[in-house]
Amino acid sequence: MSAPAPASFLFRGRLLPLALLAPQLAVTLIFFYWPAVQALYQSFLREDAFGLSRHFVGLENFADVLTDPTWLQALWRTILFSTAVAGLALTVALFLAVQADKHIRGAATYKTLLIWPYAVAPAVAAVLWLFMFHPHIGLFGRMLNGLGIAWDYKLRGDQAMLLVIIASAWKQVSYNFIFFLAGLQSIPRSVLEAAAIDGARPMRRFWTVVFPLLSPTAFFLLVVNLTYAFFDTFGVIHAITQGGPGKATETLIYRAYTDGVMNLNLGTSAAQSVILMVMVIVLTMAQFRFIERKVHY
Amino acid sequence: MMLERRSPWPHLWLGLGVLVFAFPIYITLVGSTHDVATIGRGDVPLLPGPHLAENYAAAWRGGVGRFAQTPAALMLANSLLMALLIAAGKIAISLVSAFAVVFFRFPLRMVAFWLIFVTLMLPVEVRIIPTFQVMVRLELINTMAGLVVPLIASATATLLFRQFFLTIPPEYVEAAKIDGAGPLRFFKDVVLPLSVTNIAALFVILFIYGWNQYLWPLLIVNDRSLETIVVGLTKMIGTGDAQNEWNVIMATAVLALLPPVAVVVLMQRWFVKGLTETEK
Repeated sequence: MSAPAPASFLFRGRLLPLALLAPQLAVTLIFFYWPAVQALYQSFLREDAFGLSRHFVGLENFADVLTDPTWLQALWRTILFSTAVAGLALTVALFLAVQADKHIRGAATYKTLLIWPYAVAPAVAAVLWLFMFHPHIGLFGRMLNGLGIAWDYKLRGDQAMLLVIIASAWKQVSYNFIFFLAGLQSIPRSVLEAAAIDGARPMRRFWTVVFPLLSPTAFFLLVVNLTYAFFDTFGVIHAITQGGPGKATETLIYRAYTDGVMNLNLGTSAAQSVILMVMVIVLTMAQFRFIERKVHY
Repeated sequence: MMLERRSPWPHLWLGLGVLVFAFPIYITLVGSTHDVATIGRGDVPLLPGPHLAENYAAAWRGGVGRFAQTPAALMLANSLLMALLIAAGKIAISLVSAFAVVFFRFPLRMVAFWLIFVTLMLPVEVRIIPTFQVMVRLELINTMAGLVVPLIASATATLLFRQFFLTIPPEYVEAAKIDGAGPLRFFKDVVLPLSVTNIAALFVILFIYGWNQYLWPLLIVNDRSLETIVVGLTKMIGTGDAQNEWNVIMATAVLALLPPVAVVVLMQRWFVKGLTETEK
């Protein structure tokens, strides 16, 4: 990690640094490790409906979750949903960042006007889209119905899914835009001008010179966007569809919430938490591998 | 400047992008200036109406009759307090823990560092139920402390400050020691002043993070006096019944998104710095 520093560059003492670390460690131990251990422990237990007795069931909770067709459907749905959200948010952001990177008049103003949605909470973003696509009071909802398209996201699962995807992606574009723009602006002009002198057309310049130089940023953003779509979109789904209609928009997080909070099914909910933790750890590892690679780049 | 060509396309595309982002807000703003009947009928207005003041007043005070709900004034105050406490708390405990890790050598230093670092992988969302049970046991349900304290541990902020502290020339420490200054004095007179920009950048990000919390307040708070505006807003919508008092809901939505948007726009420079530096 850090380079070994000579003693004269450090302060002496043992109690003071531990005291300084104490608040952070206390919060971390109480609210991170204790619940995580708890989840692991509970995932091996089964409790009766009244919470009177519990017994060890080994991996049965995991087996139950992983063989439950509705959970597997939720897993598949989450993959579809996350891919769509990440794909949409990344494509739109990259396109807008390329436009904003051109030296045009008012570039700074465009930037300000494009980054503010970052500040909108996912749940509030959902509410804004609900106002537009509500079948009775929404501008576009009514318009679609007027055109003869039966639009009602409260009845039709595919429409509900489409709406939560768009609302989730809408909120994430500005984040990606900031990073893509920073990435584009760090590409030396000389590289681009060299390619232009060689006679490469703009599109060709983009795919052969710019995009490869941008790929570390794109990969980093892909992981961040997938994490966002997995976990932070709970608010979007809770605000618009509550997982419905039926289970059409029930993602894994929403499922864990319903099983644990609504149905009080502690064993399987804990097993789901453990599975989700493993997923986050895999995603985070992917991110670290990328950071390492970039350092050696 | 051979790469530049006068073309209207970038302006067109960026304009379209700006429109796609601004339009939902515009519709909501306009909706919040009409009466409930206009919106309930489905005559979606495209131009502002005359009911701005009364809608916002109704939202602010919490409405009456069957639409009675938690006053937005109270929910805004709760959100503001929560966001400020989370941002300040995270910055404070991360500053001191990064200081300890960088400027001291003590047993278990790296163990402590990794204990904090690993929590990067455990967002609240994946450990909902067990964390909730811990909160029940500690009697933190329905308290502001319960809303804030579990969220103030931050591996990212600690990492950021650690990275930054490593760039402070070690000779400063030597000089401070020669002058007879202890570690706390050094922290207050050297480290803090040098960290001001980083603190400002981080503050913007963390304020928004705190303001936009959703699942956590939803779980921890069922007492209306502690309701935050983002959760309160979606509770007003319920299942999206067409009979809702939509004009007041839209006014509440505007109130819910105004403070964090204002912070981002007004502190844009710090915000972009904070974002690109905490995430890398």
